[in-house]
Amino acid sequence: MPWKTVCVLKLIHTVMDLYLPIFVILAIASGLAGLIVVISIVFGPRKRAQVKAKLQPYESGMNAIGQGQRRFPVRFYLIAVLFILFDVEVIFFYPWAVAFRQLGLYGLIQMLVFVGILFAGYIWVWKKGALDWETMDK
Amino acid sequence: MTMDLQIILPVLFPLVGVLVNSFFGRRLGERGSGVFASLMVALSFGASVLLLRQLSAQPHTEGAHGLASQLFPWIQVGTLSVPFGFQVDQLSILLMLIITGVGLLIHIYATGYMHNDERFPRFFVFLNLFISSMLVLVMGDSFLMMFVGWELVGLCSYLLIGFWFSEIKNSEAGRKAFVVNRIGDVAFVLGILLIFTTFGSLSYTEVFKAVEERGAEVAAAVGTITLLLFIGATGKSAQLPLMVWLPDAMAGPTPVSALIHAATMVTAGIYMMARSHVMFELAPTTQTVVGVVGGLTALVAGVIALTQWDIKKVLAYSTVSQLGFMVAACGVGAYTAAVFHLLTHAFFKALLFLGSGSVIHGIEHNPKTATHATGGHGGGHHQGIDPQDMRNMGGLKSRMKITFITYLIGGLALAGVPPLAGFWSKDEILVSASQSNSLVFWLLAVTAVLTAFYTMRQIRLVFFGEPRSREAWHTIESGPQMTIPLVILAVFSVVGGVVINWPFEAILPAHALSHWLEPVLGKLEVAHFDFGMAGIFSLLAIVAMAAAYFMYKRSYNETVKQEPLEKLGPLYALSSNKFYLDDIYRVLVVIPFHGFATVFAQVIDKNGIDAVVNGIGGAVRNASLVLREIQTGFVRSYGLVMLLGVAVLVAWFVFTR
Amino acid sequence: MAIKDLLTVTAPAICAVGGTLLLLLDLAIPRGSKSTTAWAAFAVILLALASVPAQWGVSTSGFAGMVAADGYSLFVDGLLAVIAALTVLLTLRYNEARGIMRGEFYPLMLFALSGMMLMGHATNLIIVFIAVELLSIPLYVLCGFARPRVDSEESALKYFLLGAFASGFLVYGIALIYGAAGTVSLTELTAALSGPKPADSALLYAGVALVLVGLGFKVAAAPFHMWTPDVYEGAPTTVTAFMASATKAAGFAAILRIFLFGLAPLMETWQAPIAVLALLSMIVGNVVALAQTNLKRMLAYSSIAHAGYVLTGVAAGGDAGASAVLFYLASYALTSLAAFAVMIALNSGEADENHSLDTYAGLGRRKPLLAFVLAVSMLSLLGIPPTAGFFGKYFLISAAIGSGLTWLAIALVITSVISAGFYLRVIMTMYMRDGKNEAPIAGNWPRAFAALTATVATLGIGILASPIVELINTGIKSIVR
Repeated sequence: MPWKTVCVLKLIHTVMDLYLPIFVILAIASGLAGLIVVISIVFGPRKRAQVKAKLQPYESGMNAIGQGQRRFPVRFYLIAVLFILFDVEVIFFYPWAVAFRQLGLYGLIQMLVFVGILFAGYIWVWKKGALDWETMDK
Repeated sequence: MTMDLQIILPVLFPLVGVLVNSFFGRRLGERGSGVFASLMVALSFGASVLLLRQLSAQPHTEGAHGLASQLFPWIQVGTLSVPFGFQVDQLSILLMLIITGVGLLIHIYATGYMHNDERFPRFFVFLNLFISSMLVLVMGDSFLMMFVGWELVGLCSYLLIGFWFSEIKNSEAGRKAFVVNRIGDVAFVLGILLIFTTFGSLSYTEVFKAVEERGAEVAAAVGTITLLLFIGATGKSAQLPLMVWLPDAMAGPTPVSALIHAATMVTAGIYMMARSHVMFELAPTTQTVVGVVGGLTALVAGVIALTQWDIKKVLAYSTVSQLGFMVAACGVGAYTAAVFHLLTHAFFKALLFLGSGSVIHGIEHNPKTATHATGGHGGGHHQGIDPQDMRNMGGLKSRMKITFITYLIGGLALAGVPPLAGFWSKDEILVSASQSNSLVFWLLAVTAVLTAFYTMRQIRLVFFGEPRSREAWHTIESGPQMTIPLVILAVFSVVGGVVINWPFEAILPAHALSHWLEPVLGKLEVAHFDFGMAGIFSLLAIVAMAAAYFMYKRSYNETVKQEPLEKLGPLYALSSNKFYLDDIYRVLVVIPFHGFATVFAQVIDKNGIDAVVNGIGGAVRNASLVLREIQTGFVRSYGLVMLLGVAVLVAWFVFTR
Repeated sequence: MAIKDLLTVTAPAICAVGGTLLLLLDLAIPRGSKSTTAWAAFAVILLALASVPAQWGVSTSGFAGMVAADGYSLFVDGLLAVIAALTVLLTLRYNEARGIMRGEFYPLMLFALSGMMLMGHATNLIIVFIAVELLSIPLYVLCGFARPRVDSEESALKYFLLGAFASGFLVYGIALIYGAAGTVSLTELTAALSGPKPADSALLYAGVALVLVGLGFKVAAAPFHMWTPDVYEGAPTTVTAFMASATKAAGFAAILRIFLFGLAPLMETWQAPIAVLALLSMIVGNVVALAQTNLKRMLAYSSIAHAGYVLTGVAAGGDAGASAVLFYLASYALTSLAAFAVMIALNSGEADENHSLDTYAGLGRRKPLLAFVLAVSMLSLLGIPPTAGFFGKYFLISAAIGSGLTWLAIALVITSVISAGFYLRVIMTMYMRDGKNEAPIAGNWPRAFAALTATVATLGIGILASPIVELINTGIKSIVR
């Protein structure tokens, strides 16, 4: 083989080595998404008669009132913020879990401290009634 | 108890008094605050006595530094390093005992004298503050510490002279004292600065060691330094030409006159010269100046005292005159004699002042004629006669027996009648002067005779004969708070001289004071007691007193009212007009200064400097108003300003790298 | 290993842990007795303060060289703890009166305090960033604590928006420095920069400039000062007091460590810009303060001016500059705390908050002690002996002259003269004008204690500067470089 071809192949090999998992995930993810769309188009029931009621968000007879961009009660945002807070914190567990053996006991203690802080926040949020939908406005 | 604490205790006690009386004085009430202030001074006195005992136990050699305590580094700038330090040695302990001892008596006396004064606690705040400050002055271990004390006592003096400030005369006297003292202080500061530039230190030990080691090399600088320091002393110790403030200072309450303007503060100059005698001894010119100025002051003040009518003015001029004695003693190198006279003078002059206070108090506050039951002294607001004018007195001998006897003792001590305290110390000064400077000796000799004369004149006018006013007629003796201190001081005025520096090798230890002071003042030649001279001066004093007694008995009494000295003509005018000193000052200093001030204030300041300053001020203010407009309150514009800053800063960093 | 690392951040750790526990503890404390929370916070701060002398003398680093414990950081810890402790005492009555006596106030203060302390410990730019965020976020909340008062909310929002903006610059600057030098550790930076210039020095310098912006914002140096008057005015006065004294000290603690020790090899480059920032801050702060009639706003501008003074010491550089800066921070923090204490005392009553200068007329007669406290602090801010401010300025000036910045020293003196125009006006108003404000001022001993402590310290440092200077110098000598 000419040396240029060898080089290119080697490069491809390296890149593939590094990024193959990503490509695989990419392929599976987009393939799955596409597949679902295709399946729903193929197997979904088709209603030719486009009556107005069919275009409503709720077909069950409830009429939509007003515009879509309404002001939401702040409690939605509060819940959202709290969710993101705890959700993002949980992500920190992954790297720890991966390096669990190397970090050893010290790592465990550190993680416990971290969880402890999180837990303290959780208790505070709970006690303050931020998770209680009915009394949240107070 | 650590040594450090023990050394500063005498200073701390009166400070506690200051704090307690300034915050709780009113609540303590008159009795409480007076007793508390006196108690603090008593404790301070006790602490001083303990220090004296410790000091006696120390080896008694020349160059020993006594007890020292450096609390903390106070000022450290460049090479200047001044610790906040105190030292107690043979010289300062004597002053401390006088300050706290006599101070204690005067505190007790004042509880009676200031009775019913509206600002009673405040008076004791100032008095305690003074005790503390004066102790700092004598206990400091460097020239800077001395200066701190020097200024603090000046402040206290000012506050106390003008204590009854509602009368313009009093507050003006306070101001005069303050301003005149500042003139001396400027020279004093310059002297201290020069000490620092010459020797690189302000601590006594280091400076004096350097002076002794470098000797002739620094003689010129030391000449200037000592002159400057001496000018400082002329301010504080009321010497010519700065003596004019002390007689006016008598506007203060009498205990103040006794404590500050007779016994302690005014002797600060003498203390300073004795303390730095190493330097003065290296400067013969300064020595001569000091001697002559002292002698002249003694004479001039003595002459003025002859013709005064105010009981306290006589004592004031007498004080100036006696301070002249001490200064002259320093000038002839007789530092021991100066300190000796300082001590005896503290006893008998405090006694005389307190006695005069008792007289004034008696005339003002006697039950029959008192026009105001409450309220303080200060004359003015009551309609009666001037309670300090000796022409309104007379015949108090039988009405105020204790005051009379103690006053007589004080007077005899002042006049130099043996064997009272003043005789010994004055004699020592005269002997030393006769051995080194005949001009100074003659000035002092004449003064000594005048002293005896004016003392008897005063005693005769106040106590003998018949009362010359209704108030004098009804006067009664003052209360025990006032008479007990008088008696104690009288005892000291009698035995003080004998005990402190007995000149013979028999019965008592000879020259106790001279030997005690050797570690500080060095082994000076002991002045030998000269029987001939002592005899002559004792005789002269007695003759002068007799002359005064009979002259005034005949020509100034209830019926005949003529001042016998008026016959002296121009000399009388000179004396009664105080050598025209105040007038000379008015013409030479006050009027030109007023003129300058007017010119500067009206022309240069208003039209020149003010215009410029106001112009700049206005410009800044306008700029301020403009810049203020940028602050719009909108976050977006704040962000914009910030972004501009970022852009400029980044560009600068990147392009100037 | 772990404990040794933790010991390098003892004081911040105490505050952080204490804050977390206090947050939980506070849940059990009923509404009406929130002063218990305050006292608990006070105890935590005292504990942190006690750790300072206990550790004095150490010079180590921990967490893989990311933080250091040395005399420098301990001095900053101690100073911040003292300020925070006094601030807590000031809050008791004021927060009650203003209806903001809520339990979260104190944990938030403790969190901010731990961030501030960490600023002095950080020897790594990432830690500096974390510390900045840790101190800022609680402060954003505290500024808006007087919700629903509009100006408080406005203050919080403004501070948050601009603070986020500044944080962005800071983190960007750190990234650029990392890109150029390959490290964010200050010790490694010093080593890397001591050699020949890196090839992509434009990145490096842009990074340095942006770090300066980010921290300059925190200490309210012009032209990054615009937020200061609005935020200071709107925030509850106790928060303003805390911000003015503690945040400034913390910001400068980080600036000092980064510029004087980490980036020391680049001094030629950063000296002139910092000097210009100093000049600008002094001019803007002092000149605009002249036109203020509201004491709180005036003090905000004055704090800008003082940031300028302190930057003078930073520009001077070297150990002398560092020592002057630390001394000035201590004196300024205590002095301004005293001033705010008086404002808090005057606004702890029933009436609405009012910081107009007119309300201070006649205070000298009405409340001599309060007037005295304010007068001393004005004199100290102006730099009149024997107050701490005098020696602070003296050391700054001599440091500036020592490193050839004579023009800046002269500017400092001139702007100080200008500042007399408004500082003395306060004193004049108190003592020479008759007041109409007769609102009673109820005594409160914790507040009085805090005010007097600050005043005594102001005077004490002014009279006995040497021990403090010595303390600072030992601290600087032991710094981890």
